[in-house]
Amino acid sequence: MSQFRDNLRVYLAPEQLIPALTSLRDQSGFQLLEVGGVDYLGYPRRDPAKPRFEVHYVLLNPDTHERVILKVGVSEPDPSVPSAVPLWQGANWMEREIFDMYGIRFENHPDLRRILMPEEFAAYPLRKDYPLRGRGERHNFPRLTRNES
Amino acid sequence: MPANLLDEPEIGAEKKEFHWTLNFGPQHPATHTTLRLVLELDGERIVKATPDIGYLHSGFEKLGEHLNFNQYVTIVDRKNYISPPMNEVAWHHAVEKLLDIELTRRCQYIRVIIGELARISDHLLCVGAAALDLGAFTAFLFCFNQRELIYDVYEEMSGYRFHPGYTRVGGVLHDFNDKVINRIRTVLASLPKALSDLEKLVLRNRIFLDRVRGVGVLTKQDAISLCCTGPLARASGVIYDLRKDEPYLAYPDFDFQVPYATEGDSYARFQVRLEEIYQSMSIVKQAIENLPTGPVNVPIAEKFAVPDKGTTYNSMEGLIQHFELIMPNRGLESPVDEVYAAIESPNGELGYYLVADGSQTAWRTRTRPPSFIHFQVFPHIIKDHLIADIVAILGSLNIIAAELDR
Repeated sequence: MSQFRDNLRVYLAPEQLIPALTSLRDQSGFQLLEVGGVDYLGYPRRDPAKPRFEVHYVLLNPDTHERVILKVGVSEPDPSVPSAVPLWQGANWMEREIFDMYGIRFENHPDLRRILMPEEFAAYPLRKDYPLRGRGERHNFPRLTRNES
Repeated sequence: MPANLLDEPEIGAEKKEFHWTLNFGPQHPATHTTLRLVLELDGERIVKATPDIGYLHSGFEKLGEHLNFNQYVTIVDRKNYISPPMNEVAWHHAVEKLLDIELTRRCQYIRVIIGELARISDHLLCVGAAALDLGAFTAFLFCFNQRELIYDVYEEMSGYRFHPGYTRVGGVLHDFNDKVINRIRTVLASLPKALSDLEKLVLRNRIFLDRVRGVGVLTKQDAISLCCTGPLARASGVIYDLRKDEPYLAYPDFDFQVPYATEGDSYARFQVRLEEIYQSMSIVKQAIENLPTGPVNVPIAEKFAVPDKGTTYNSMEGLIQHFELIMPNRGLESPVDEVYAAIESPNGELGYYLVADGSQTAWRTRTRPPSFIHFQVFPHIIKDHLIADIVAILGSLNIIAAELDR
Protein backbone atom coordinates (compact mmCIF):
# COMPACT_ATOMS: atom_id res chain seq x y z
CA MET A 1 0.00 0.00 0.00
CA SER A 2 1.33 3.47 -0.75
CA GLN A 3 0.09 7.02 -1.00
CA PHE A 4 1.13 9.80 -3.36
CA ARG A 5 -0.71 13.16 -3.41
CA ASP A 6 -4.34 12.08 -2.95
CA ASN A 7 -3.93 8.70 -4.66
CA LEU A 8 -4.17 5.65 -2.46
CA ARG A 9 -2.55 2.66 -4.14
CA VAL A 10 -2.85 -0.95 -3.09
CA TYR A 11 -0.51 -3.55 -4.59
CA LEU A 12 -1.97 -7.01 -5.03
CA ALA A 13 -0.98 -10.39 -6.38
CA PRO A 14 -3.02 -11.51 -9.42
CA GLU A 15 -4.93 -14.14 -7.44
CA GLN A 16 -6.02 -11.54 -4.85
CA LEU A 17 -7.51 -9.24 -7.47
CA ILE A 18 -10.98 -10.70 -7.97
CA PRO A 19 -11.72 -11.14 -4.23
CA ALA A 20 -10.57 -7.56 -3.62
CA LEU A 21 -12.67 -6.13 -6.47
CA THR A 22 -15.70 -8.17 -5.42
CA SER A 23 -15.57 -7.04 -1.83
CA LEU A 24 -14.96 -3.41 -2.80
CA ARG A 25 -17.98 -3.55 -5.10
CA ASP A 26 -20.40 -5.48 -2.94
CA GLN A 27 -19.49 -4.33 0.55
CA SER A 28 -18.21 -0.79 0.02
CA GLY A 29 -20.10 0.32 -3.09
CA PHE A 30 -17.12 1.09 -5.28
CA GLN A 31 -17.44 1.50 -9.05
CA LEU A 32 -14.80 0.76 -11.63
CA LEU A 33 -13.66 3.74 -13.66
CA GLU A 34 -10.46 2.83 -15.38
CA VAL A 35 -8.23 -0.10 -16.24
CA GLY A 36 -4.82 0.52 -17.73
CA GLY A 37 -1.37 -0.95 -18.04
CA VAL A 38 2.18 0.26 -17.55
CA ASP A 39 5.46 -1.29 -18.71
CA TYR A 40 8.30 -0.66 -16.25
CA LEU A 41 11.15 -2.10 -18.34
CA GLY A 42 14.16 0.08 -17.50
CA TYR A 43 12.26 2.34 -15.10
CA PRO A 44 14.74 4.23 -12.94
CA ARG A 45 15.39 2.99 -9.38
CA ARG A 46 13.10 0.01 -9.83
CA ASP A 47 13.83 -3.17 -7.93
CA PRO A 48 14.69 -5.78 -10.60
CA ALA A 49 12.76 -8.40 -8.65
CA LYS A 50 9.52 -6.50 -9.21
CA PRO A 51 7.32 -7.55 -12.12
CA ARG A 52 7.75 -5.89 -15.47
CA PHE A 53 4.11 -4.92 -16.07
CA GLU A 54 1.52 -3.48 -13.77
CA VAL A 55 -2.20 -3.26 -14.45
CA HIS A 56 -4.07 -0.60 -12.52
CA TYR A 57 -7.75 -0.41 -11.61
CA VAL A 58 -9.13 2.96 -10.54
CA LEU A 59 -12.22 2.62 -8.37
CA LEU A 60 -14.52 5.32 -7.09
CA ASN A 61 -17.05 5.33 -4.32
CA PRO A 62 -19.68 7.87 -5.42
CA ASP A 63 -21.18 8.24 -1.95
CA THR A 64 -18.02 8.98 0.02
CA HIS A 65 -16.03 10.36 -2.98
CA GLU A 66 -13.17 8.04 -2.10
CA ARG A 67 -10.88 6.67 -4.75
CA VAL A 68 -8.61 3.69 -4.57
CA ILE A 69 -6.16 2.35 -7.14
CA LEU A 70 -5.47 -1.37 -7.20
CA LYS A 71 -2.23 -2.38 -8.86
CA VAL A 72 -1.44 -5.90 -10.02
CA GLY A 73 2.06 -6.79 -11.15
CA VAL A 74 2.71 -9.46 -13.77
CA SER A 75 5.88 -10.67 -15.46
CA GLU A 76 6.92 -12.34 -18.64
CA PRO A 77 6.96 -14.88 -20.20
CA ASP A 78 3.22 -15.32 -19.78
CA PRO A 79 1.72 -12.19 -18.20
CA SER A 80 -1.80 -13.00 -17.16
CA VAL A 81 -4.38 -11.35 -14.89
CA PRO A 82 -7.91 -12.51 -14.06
CA SER A 83 -10.52 -10.56 -15.97
CA ALA A 84 -12.85 -8.08 -14.24
CA VAL A 85 -15.54 -8.39 -16.91
CA PRO A 86 -17.77 -10.67 -14.77
CA LEU A 87 -17.91 -7.83 -12.22
CA TRP A 88 -18.07 -4.83 -14.54
CA GLN A 89 -18.86 -5.20 -18.22
CA GLY A 90 -17.14 -1.89 -18.83
CA ALA A 91 -13.77 -3.53 -18.23
CA ASN A 92 -14.19 -5.45 -21.47
CA TRP A 93 -12.69 -3.04 -23.97
CA MET A 94 -10.15 -1.60 -21.55
CA GLU A 95 -8.74 -5.07 -20.95
CA ARG A 96 -8.75 -5.74 -24.67
CA GLU A 97 -6.75 -2.57 -25.15
CA ILE A 98 -4.17 -3.69 -22.59
CA PHE A 99 -3.94 -7.05 -24.33
CA ASP A 100 -3.51 -5.24 -27.63
CA MET A 101 -0.84 -2.85 -26.38
CA TYR A 102 1.10 -4.99 -23.89
CA GLY A 103 0.21 -8.61 -24.59
CA ILE A 104 -1.11 -9.17 -21.07
CA ARG A 105 -3.72 -11.92 -21.16
CA PHE A 106 -6.93 -11.70 -19.14
CA GLU A 107 -8.25 -15.05 -17.95
CA ASN A 108 -11.96 -15.65 -18.47
CA HIS A 109 -12.28 -12.64 -20.72
CA PRO A 110 -15.24 -13.26 -23.04
CA ASP A 111 -13.70 -11.82 -26.17
CA LEU A 112 -9.96 -11.21 -25.96
CA ARG A 113 -9.00 -9.88 -29.38
CA ARG A 114 -6.97 -6.92 -30.56
CA ILE A 115 -9.04 -3.78 -30.52
CA LEU A 116 -7.08 -0.83 -31.89
CA MET A 117 -4.30 -2.49 -33.89
CA PRO A 118 -5.12 -4.69 -36.91
CA GLU A 119 -5.49 -8.43 -36.35
CA GLU A 120 -2.34 -9.16 -38.40
CA PHE A 121 -0.16 -6.98 -36.19
CA ALA A 122 2.41 -9.14 -34.44
CA ALA A 123 4.03 -6.84 -31.86
CA TYR A 124 2.77 -5.07 -28.74
CA PRO A 125 3.31 -1.40 -29.50
CA LEU A 126 3.24 0.20 -26.05
CA ARG A 127 5.95 -2.04 -24.63
CA LYS A 128 9.10 -0.11 -23.90
CA ASP A 129 11.21 -2.30 -26.20
CA TYR A 130 9.03 -1.41 -29.18
CA PRO A 131 10.45 1.58 -31.05
CA LEU A 132 8.48 4.79 -31.48
CA ARG A 133 8.67 4.63 -35.27
CA GLY A 134 7.68 0.98 -35.42
CA ARG A 135 9.49 -1.89 -37.07
CA GLY A 136 8.46 -1.09 -40.61
CA GLU A 137 4.94 -2.50 -40.33
CA ARG A 138 3.42 0.53 -41.91
CA HIS A 139 6.06 0.62 -44.63
CA ASN A 140 5.61 -3.05 -45.49
CA PHE A 141 1.84 -3.12 -45.20
CA PRO A 142 0.36 -5.00 -48.17
CA ARG A 143 -1.17 -2.49 -50.52
CA LEU A 144 -3.74 -3.17 -53.19
CA THR A 145 -3.45 -1.18 -56.38
CA ARG A 146 -6.30 -0.60 -58.77
CA ASN A 147 -4.82 -3.05 -61.30
CA GLU A 148 -4.48 -5.88 -58.83
CA SER A 149 -7.92 -5.60 -57.29
CA MET B 1 -14.47 -9.18 -43.37
CA PRO B 2 -12.08 -11.27 -41.26
CA ALA B 3 -13.77 -14.46 -40.18
CA ASN B 4 -13.27 -13.80 -36.48
CA LEU B 5 -14.80 -10.33 -36.38
CA LEU B 6 -18.12 -11.47 -34.98
CA ASP B 7 -17.46 -12.89 -31.60
CA GLU B 8 -20.30 -15.40 -31.88
CA PRO B 9 -19.94 -16.95 -35.32
CA GLU B 10 -21.71 -20.17 -34.43
CA ILE B 11 -25.33 -19.30 -35.02
CA GLY B 12 -27.62 -22.23 -35.66
CA ALA B 13 -27.80 -23.00 -39.37
CA GLU B 14 -31.60 -22.95 -39.47
CA LYS B 15 -31.68 -19.46 -37.93
CA LYS B 16 -28.81 -18.06 -39.89
CA GLU B 17 -30.52 -17.98 -43.27
CA PHE B 18 -32.87 -15.28 -42.07
CA HIS B 19 -30.10 -13.06 -40.71
CA TRP B 20 -27.98 -10.93 -42.90
CA THR B 21 -24.90 -8.85 -42.22
CA LEU B 22 -24.48 -5.21 -43.02
CA ASN B 23 -21.45 -2.99 -42.78
CA PHE B 24 -22.21 0.42 -41.32
CA GLY B 25 -19.20 2.60 -41.97
CA PRO B 26 -16.20 3.02 -41.73
CA GLN B 27 -17.18 5.93 -43.94
CA HIS B 28 -20.77 6.85 -43.35
CA PRO B 29 -22.12 10.37 -43.06
CA ALA B 30 -23.82 9.62 -39.77
CA THR B 31 -20.75 8.27 -38.00
CA HIS B 32 -19.12 11.68 -38.66
CA THR B 33 -15.72 10.12 -38.16
CA THR B 34 -14.24 6.77 -38.98
CA LEU B 35 -15.80 3.92 -37.09
CA ARG B 36 -17.32 0.73 -38.33
CA LEU B 37 -20.23 -1.37 -37.14
CA VAL B 38 -20.91 -4.88 -38.34
CA LEU B 39 -24.63 -5.35 -37.95
CA GLU B 40 -26.44 -8.63 -37.90
CA LEU B 41 -29.96 -7.98 -39.03
CA ASP B 42 -33.26 -9.73 -39.01
CA GLY B 43 -35.06 -7.72 -41.64
CA GLU B 44 -34.47 -4.21 -40.40
CA ARG B 45 -34.20 -5.19 -36.75
CA ILE B 46 -30.70 -5.34 -35.26
CA VAL B 47 -29.92 -8.66 -33.65
CA LYS B 48 -26.33 -7.89 -32.89
CA ALA B 49 -23.96 -5.02 -33.48
CA THR B 50 -20.21 -5.51 -33.36
CA PRO B 51 -18.14 -2.34 -33.38
CA ASP B 52 -14.82 -2.50 -35.17
CA ILE B 53 -12.62 0.39 -34.18
CA GLY B 54 -9.00 1.44 -34.56
CA TYR B 55 -9.14 3.15 -37.94
CA LEU B 56 -7.85 6.39 -36.45
CA HIS B 57 -5.33 4.87 -34.07
CA SER B 58 -2.34 7.21 -34.14
CA GLY B 59 -0.31 6.12 -31.12
CA PHE B 60 -1.00 9.22 -29.03
CA GLU B 61 -0.09 7.41 -25.82
CA LYS B 62 3.23 6.23 -27.26
CA LEU B 63 3.96 9.79 -28.39
CA GLY B 64 3.31 10.96 -24.84
CA GLU B 65 6.30 8.92 -23.73
CA HIS B 66 8.58 10.89 -26.06
CA LEU B 67 7.31 14.46 -25.81
CA ASN B 68 7.75 16.59 -22.74
CA PHE B 69 4.92 17.88 -20.57
CA ASN B 70 4.56 21.12 -22.52
CA GLN B 71 4.97 19.62 -25.98
CA TYR B 72 2.36 16.93 -25.42
CA VAL B 73 -0.36 19.56 -25.12
CA THR B 74 -0.49 19.76 -28.92
CA ILE B 75 -1.26 16.03 -29.03
CA VAL B 76 -3.97 16.04 -26.37
CA ASP B 77 -5.71 18.80 -28.33
CA ARG B 78 -6.23 16.32 -31.11
CA LYS B 79 -7.89 13.68 -28.98
CA ASN B 80 -11.30 15.19 -28.48
CA TYR B 81 -11.00 17.82 -31.17
CA ILE B 82 -14.54 19.04 -30.51
CA SER B 83 -13.46 20.53 -27.18
CA PRO B 84 -9.65 20.85 -27.26
CA PRO B 85 -9.19 23.22 -24.27
CA MET B 86 -10.82 20.66 -21.98
CA ASN B 87 -8.18 18.10 -22.94
CA GLU B 88 -5.44 20.62 -22.24
CA VAL B 89 -6.89 21.43 -18.86
CA ALA B 90 -7.13 17.71 -18.06
CA TRP B 91 -3.56 16.99 -19.15
CA HIS B 92 -1.99 19.84 -17.24
CA HIS B 93 -4.22 19.12 -14.27
CA ALA B 94 -2.54 15.71 -14.07
CA VAL B 95 0.94 17.15 -14.59
CA GLU B 96 0.41 19.79 -11.94
CA LYS B 97 -0.87 17.22 -9.50
CA LEU B 98 2.27 15.18 -10.14
CA LEU B 99 4.58 18.17 -9.67
CA ASP B 100 2.47 19.57 -6.82
CA ILE B 101 1.98 23.00 -8.38
CA GLU B 102 -0.58 25.36 -6.87
CA LEU B 103 -1.94 27.53 -9.68
CA THR B 104 -2.64 31.23 -9.25
CA ARG B 105 -6.29 32.25 -8.78
CA ARG B 106 -6.36 34.03 -12.11
CA CYS B 107 -5.05 30.97 -13.93
CA GLN B 108 -7.63 28.75 -12.25
CA TYR B 109 -10.41 31.09 -13.37
CA ILE B 110 -9.03 31.25 -16.90
CA ARG B 111 -8.90 27.48 -17.09
CA VAL B 112 -12.47 27.24 -15.84
CA ILE B 113 -13.56 29.71 -18.51
CA ILE B 114 -11.86 27.94 -21.41
CA GLY B 115 -13.03 24.59 -20.12
CA GLU B 116 -16.64 25.69 -19.87
CA LEU B 117 -16.51 27.33 -23.30
CA ALA B 118 -15.23 24.01 -24.59
CA ARG B 119 -18.10 22.23 -22.88
CA ILE B 120 -20.61 24.59 -24.48
CA SER B 121 -19.13 24.06 -27.93
CA ASP B 122 -18.98 20.29 -27.45
CA HIS B 123 -22.61 20.05 -26.38
CA LEU B 124 -23.68 22.40 -29.17
CA LEU B 125 -22.00 20.17 -31.72
CA CYS B 126 -23.42 17.02 -30.19
CA VAL B 127 -26.99 18.32 -30.19
CA GLY B 128 -26.63 20.05 -33.54
CA ALA B 129 -25.04 17.13 -35.36
CA ALA B 130 -27.60 14.73 -33.94
CA ALA B 131 -30.35 17.01 -35.19
CA LEU B 132 -28.60 17.11 -38.57
CA ASP B 133 -28.54 13.33 -38.77
CA LEU B 134 -32.22 13.21 -37.92
CA GLY B 135 -33.02 15.70 -40.65
CA ALA B 136 -33.03 19.06 -38.88
CA PHE B 137 -30.39 20.92 -40.84
CA THR B 138 -31.26 24.39 -39.57
CA ALA B 139 -30.68 23.45 -35.95
CA PHE B 140 -27.20 22.29 -36.88
CA LEU B 141 -26.42 25.63 -38.51
CA PHE B 142 -27.66 27.56 -35.48
CA CYS B 143 -25.29 25.53 -33.31
CA PHE B 144 -22.36 25.90 -35.63
CA ASN B 145 -22.85 29.63 -35.77
CA GLN B 146 -22.31 29.76 -32.01
CA ARG B 147 -19.29 27.47 -32.24
CA GLU B 148 -17.75 29.98 -34.66
CA LEU B 149 -18.00 32.65 -31.97
CA ILE B 150 -16.29 30.33 -29.50
CA TYR B 151 -13.53 29.67 -32.05
CA ASP B 152 -13.10 33.43 -32.25
CA VAL B 153 -12.38 33.42 -28.51
CA TYR B 154 -9.77 30.67 -28.95
CA GLU B 155 -8.21 32.62 -31.80
CA GLU B 156 -7.98 35.79 -29.79
CA MET B 157 -6.53 34.13 -26.71
CA SER B 158 -3.97 31.83 -28.31
CA GLY B 159 -3.67 32.59 -32.01
CA TYR B 160 -5.14 29.27 -33.14
CA ARG B 161 -8.77 28.65 -33.90
CA PHE B 162 -9.10 24.91 -33.76
CA HIS B 163 -6.34 23.51 -31.56
CA PRO B 164 -5.34 26.33 -29.24
CA GLY B 165 -2.57 24.56 -27.31
CA TYR B 166 -3.16 27.20 -24.69
CA THR B 167 -2.23 25.77 -21.30
CA ARG B 168 1.30 25.31 -20.03
CA VAL B 169 2.74 23.66 -16.93
CA GLY B 170 2.01 26.16 -14.18
CA GLY B 171 0.00 28.57 -16.25
CA VAL B 172 -1.18 29.47 -19.72
CA LEU B 173 0.42 30.71 -22.93
CA HIS B 174 -0.75 34.34 -22.75
CA ASP B 175 -2.83 36.13 -20.20
CA PHE B 176 -6.40 37.11 -21.17
CA ASN B 177 -6.61 40.64 -22.54
CA ASP B 178 -9.63 42.89 -22.97
CA LYS B 179 -10.28 41.67 -26.50
CA VAL B 180 -10.62 38.08 -25.31
CA ILE B 181 -13.00 39.13 -22.58
CA ASN B 182 -15.08 41.11 -25.08
CA ARG B 183 -15.25 38.10 -27.37
CA ILE B 184 -16.42 35.94 -24.46
CA ARG B 185 -19.09 38.52 -23.64
CA THR B 186 -20.20 38.36 -27.29
CA VAL B 187 -20.61 34.60 -26.98
CA LEU B 188 -22.57 34.94 -23.76
CA ALA B 189 -24.80 37.62 -25.25
CA SER B 190 -25.71 35.66 -28.37
CA LEU B 191 -26.07 32.17 -26.85
CA PRO B 192 -29.53 32.56 -25.22
CA LYS B 193 -31.15 33.56 -28.51
CA ALA B 194 -29.48 30.70 -30.38
CA LEU B 195 -30.44 28.18 -27.70
CA SER B 196 -34.04 29.31 -27.67
CA ASP B 197 -34.13 29.02 -31.48
CA LEU B 198 -32.60 25.57 -31.22
CA GLU B 199 -35.08 24.42 -28.62
CA LYS B 200 -38.02 25.70 -30.60
CA LEU B 201 -36.79 23.86 -33.64
CA VAL B 202 -35.88 20.59 -31.98
CA LEU B 203 -37.70 20.00 -28.72
CA ARG B 204 -41.17 20.62 -30.18
CA ASN B 205 -40.39 18.88 -33.44
CA ARG B 206 -42.62 15.82 -33.74
CA ILE B 207 -40.21 13.97 -36.05
CA PHE B 208 -37.24 14.56 -33.79
CA LEU B 209 -39.14 13.58 -30.66
CA ASP B 210 -40.51 10.40 -32.19
CA ARG B 211 -37.04 9.34 -33.19
CA VAL B 212 -35.27 9.96 -29.89
CA ARG B 213 -37.87 9.41 -27.18
CA GLY B 214 -37.68 5.95 -25.66
CA VAL B 215 -34.87 5.00 -28.04
CA GLY B 216 -31.64 3.52 -26.72
CA VAL B 217 -32.58 3.23 -23.07
CA LEU B 218 -29.60 2.77 -20.77
CA THR B 219 -30.68 1.70 -17.29
CA LYS B 220 -28.96 2.98 -14.18
CA GLN B 221 -27.65 -0.50 -13.40
CA ASP B 222 -26.13 -0.87 -16.86
CA ALA B 223 -24.63 2.60 -16.70
CA ILE B 224 -22.74 1.62 -13.54
CA SER B 225 -21.75 -1.78 -14.88
CA LEU B 226 -20.44 -0.24 -18.11
CA CYS B 227 -18.33 2.37 -16.27
CA CYS B 228 -20.27 5.31 -17.76
CA THR B 229 -19.65 8.84 -16.55
CA GLY B 230 -20.66 12.33 -17.55
CA PRO B 231 -23.92 13.33 -19.28
CA LEU B 232 -24.47 9.76 -20.43
CA ALA B 233 -24.55 8.46 -16.84
CA ARG B 234 -26.42 11.50 -15.52
CA ALA B 235 -29.18 10.95 -18.09
CA SER B 236 -29.57 7.47 -16.58
CA GLY B 237 -29.75 8.69 -13.00
CA VAL B 238 -26.11 8.19 -11.94
CA ILE B 239 -25.58 11.65 -10.52
CA TYR B 240 -21.89 12.26 -10.17
CA ASP B 241 -20.09 15.35 -11.38
CA LEU B 242 -16.43 15.86 -10.56
CA ARG B 243 -16.92 19.62 -10.58
CA LYS B 244 -19.33 19.33 -7.67
CA ASP B 245 -18.25 16.14 -5.93
CA GLU B 246 -14.47 16.34 -6.13
CA PRO B 247 -13.94 20.03 -6.90
CA TYR B 248 -10.78 21.02 -8.73
CA LEU B 249 -9.55 24.39 -10.04
CA ALA B 250 -11.89 27.16 -8.90
CA TYR B 251 -15.18 25.28 -9.16
CA PRO B 252 -16.13 25.66 -5.47
CA ASP B 253 -16.45 29.42 -6.11
CA PHE B 254 -19.28 29.08 -8.61
CA ASP B 255 -22.94 28.53 -8.16
CA PHE B 256 -24.29 25.94 -10.58
CA GLN B 257 -26.53 22.90 -10.72
CA VAL B 258 -25.85 19.40 -11.98
CA PRO B 259 -28.68 18.51 -14.34
CA TYR B 260 -29.79 14.90 -14.49
CA ALA B 261 -32.58 12.72 -15.79
CA THR B 262 -33.74 9.23 -14.95
CA GLU B 263 -35.20 8.00 -18.26
CA GLY B 264 -31.86 7.08 -19.82
CA ASP B 265 -33.04 7.38 -23.43
CA SER B 266 -31.55 9.48 -26.21
CA TYR B 267 -33.98 12.29 -25.48
CA ALA B 268 -32.86 12.44 -21.84
CA ARG B 269 -29.25 12.67 -22.96
CA PHE B 270 -30.09 15.62 -25.22
CA GLN B 271 -31.98 17.31 -22.42
CA VAL B 272 -29.11 16.89 -19.98
CA ARG B 273 -26.67 18.30 -22.52
CA LEU B 274 -28.89 21.29 -23.29
CA GLU B 275 -29.33 22.03 -19.62
CA GLU B 276 -25.56 21.76 -19.07
CA ILE B 277 -25.04 24.46 -21.68
CA TYR B 278 -27.11 26.84 -19.52
CA GLN B 279 -25.16 25.87 -16.40
CA SER B 280 -21.83 26.37 -18.21
CA MET B 281 -22.99 29.77 -19.42
CA SER B 282 -23.75 30.73 -15.85
CA ILE B 283 -20.29 29.56 -14.71
CA VAL B 284 -18.53 31.51 -17.48
CA LYS B 285 -20.60 34.58 -16.61
CA GLN B 286 -19.66 34.37 -12.93
CA ALA B 287 -16.00 33.75 -13.77
CA ILE B 288 -15.79 36.70 -16.18
CA GLU B 289 -17.40 39.05 -13.69
CA ASN B 290 -15.11 37.97 -10.84
CA LEU B 291 -11.90 37.33 -12.78
CA PRO B 292 -9.12 37.91 -10.23
CA THR B 293 -6.26 40.22 -11.08
CA GLY B 294 -2.63 39.41 -10.51
CA PRO B 295 -0.14 37.14 -12.23
CA VAL B 296 -1.40 34.28 -14.37
CA ASN B 297 1.60 31.96 -14.22
CA VAL B 298 3.17 30.55 -11.09
CA PRO B 299 6.15 32.65 -9.91
CA ILE B 300 9.34 32.27 -11.87
CA ALA B 301 11.19 31.23 -8.72
CA GLU B 302 9.28 27.95 -8.67
CA LYS B 303 10.96 26.99 -11.95
CA PHE B 304 7.93 25.39 -13.57
CA ALA B 305 6.36 27.86 -15.93
CA VAL B 306 7.90 28.93 -19.22
CA PRO B 307 8.31 32.72 -18.88
CA ASP B 308 6.63 34.99 -21.39
CA LYS B 309 8.67 36.61 -24.14
CA GLY B 310 8.94 39.98 -22.42
CA THR B 311 10.50 38.43 -19.33
CA THR B 312 12.76 36.20 -21.42
CA TYR B 313 14.19 39.07 -23.45
CA ASN B 314 14.37 41.70 -20.73
CA SER B 315 15.47 39.94 -17.56
CA MET B 316 18.30 37.62 -16.65
CA GLU B 317 16.12 35.32 -14.53
CA GLY B 318 13.64 34.96 -17.37
CA LEU B 319 16.37 34.11 -19.85
CA ILE B 320 17.91 31.51 -17.54
CA GLN B 321 14.51 29.99 -16.81
CA HIS B 322 13.63 29.85 -20.49
CA PHE B 323 16.97 28.20 -21.30
CA GLU B 324 16.61 25.69 -18.48
CA LEU B 325 13.15 24.63 -19.57
CA ILE B 326 13.67 24.57 -23.31
CA MET B 327 17.06 22.82 -23.57
CA PRO B 328 16.42 19.11 -24.00
CA ASN B 329 19.11 17.97 -21.57
CA ARG B 330 17.78 20.16 -18.75
CA GLY B 331 14.14 20.84 -18.07
CA LEU B 332 12.11 20.48 -14.92
CA GLU B 333 12.45 17.63 -12.50
CA SER B 334 9.56 15.38 -11.65
CA PRO B 335 9.18 12.88 -8.83
CA VAL B 336 9.74 9.22 -9.69
CA ASP B 337 6.14 8.35 -8.98
CA GLU B 338 2.74 8.05 -10.58
CA VAL B 339 -0.57 9.80 -10.24
CA TYR B 340 -4.14 9.50 -11.51
CA ALA B 341 -5.94 12.79 -11.99
CA ALA B 342 -9.26 13.38 -13.68
CA ILE B 343 -11.55 16.23 -14.60
CA GLU B 344 -15.14 16.42 -15.80
CA SER B 345 -14.92 16.74 -19.57
CA PRO B 346 -18.01 17.33 -21.73
CA ASN B 347 -18.21 13.58 -22.34
CA GLY B 348 -17.48 12.37 -18.84
CA GLU B 349 -14.50 11.70 -16.66
CA LEU B 350 -11.32 12.44 -18.61
CA GLY B 351 -8.41 11.16 -16.57
CA TYR B 352 -4.71 10.65 -17.00
CA TYR B 353 -2.69 7.95 -15.33
CA LEU B 354 0.68 9.62 -15.45
CA VAL B 355 3.88 7.77 -14.57
CA ALA B 356 6.96 9.98 -14.29
CA ASP B 357 10.59 8.86 -14.27
CA GLY B 358 12.19 12.02 -12.89
CA SER B 359 12.57 13.83 -16.21
CA GLN B 360 10.23 16.27 -17.95
CA THR B 361 8.97 13.52 -20.25
CA ALA B 362 6.36 11.12 -18.96
CA TRP B 363 7.11 7.42 -18.68
CA ARG B 364 3.50 6.53 -19.43
CA THR B 365 0.51 8.69 -20.26
CA ARG B 366 -2.51 6.46 -19.98
CA THR B 367 -5.68 8.33 -20.93
CA ARG B 368 -9.10 7.39 -19.68
CA PRO B 369 -10.95 8.38 -22.82
CA PRO B 370 -14.70 8.76 -22.21
CA SER B 371 -15.59 8.10 -25.88
CA PHE B 372 -13.81 4.73 -25.79
CA ILE B 373 -15.63 3.63 -22.69
CA HIS B 374 -18.98 4.98 -23.83
CA PHE B 375 -18.83 3.29 -27.19
CA GLN B 376 -18.96 -0.07 -25.41
CA VAL B 377 -22.49 0.87 -24.40
CA PHE B 378 -23.61 0.98 -28.00
CA PRO B 379 -23.89 -2.78 -28.75
CA HIS B 380 -25.89 -3.18 -25.53
CA ILE B 381 -28.49 -0.50 -26.15
CA ILE B 382 -28.87 -0.94 -29.91
CA LYS B 383 -30.27 -4.46 -29.59
CA ASP B 384 -33.76 -4.87 -31.08
CA HIS B 385 -33.78 -1.39 -32.52
CA LEU B 386 -34.09 -0.55 -36.21
CA ILE B 387 -31.29 0.60 -38.50
CA ALA B 388 -32.66 4.14 -38.44
CA ASP B 389 -32.19 4.26 -34.66
CA ILE B 390 -28.43 3.80 -34.98
CA VAL B 391 -28.14 7.41 -36.02
CA ALA B 392 -30.24 8.66 -33.11
CA ILE B 393 -28.25 6.64 -30.58
CA LEU B 394 -24.78 7.34 -31.99
CA GLY B 395 -25.60 11.03 -32.02
CA SER B 396 -26.65 11.01 -28.38
CA LEU B 397 -23.54 9.11 -27.22
CA ASN B 398 -21.28 11.75 -28.79
CA ILE B 399 -18.52 9.40 -29.93
CA ILE B 400 -15.43 11.26 -31.10
CA ALA B 401 -13.38 8.76 -33.09
CA ALA B 402 -10.05 10.53 -32.56
CA GLU B 403 -10.51 10.08 -28.82
CA LEU B 404 -11.96 6.60 -29.30
CA ASP B 405 -8.88 5.32 -31.15
CA ARG B 406 -6.23 7.77 -29.99
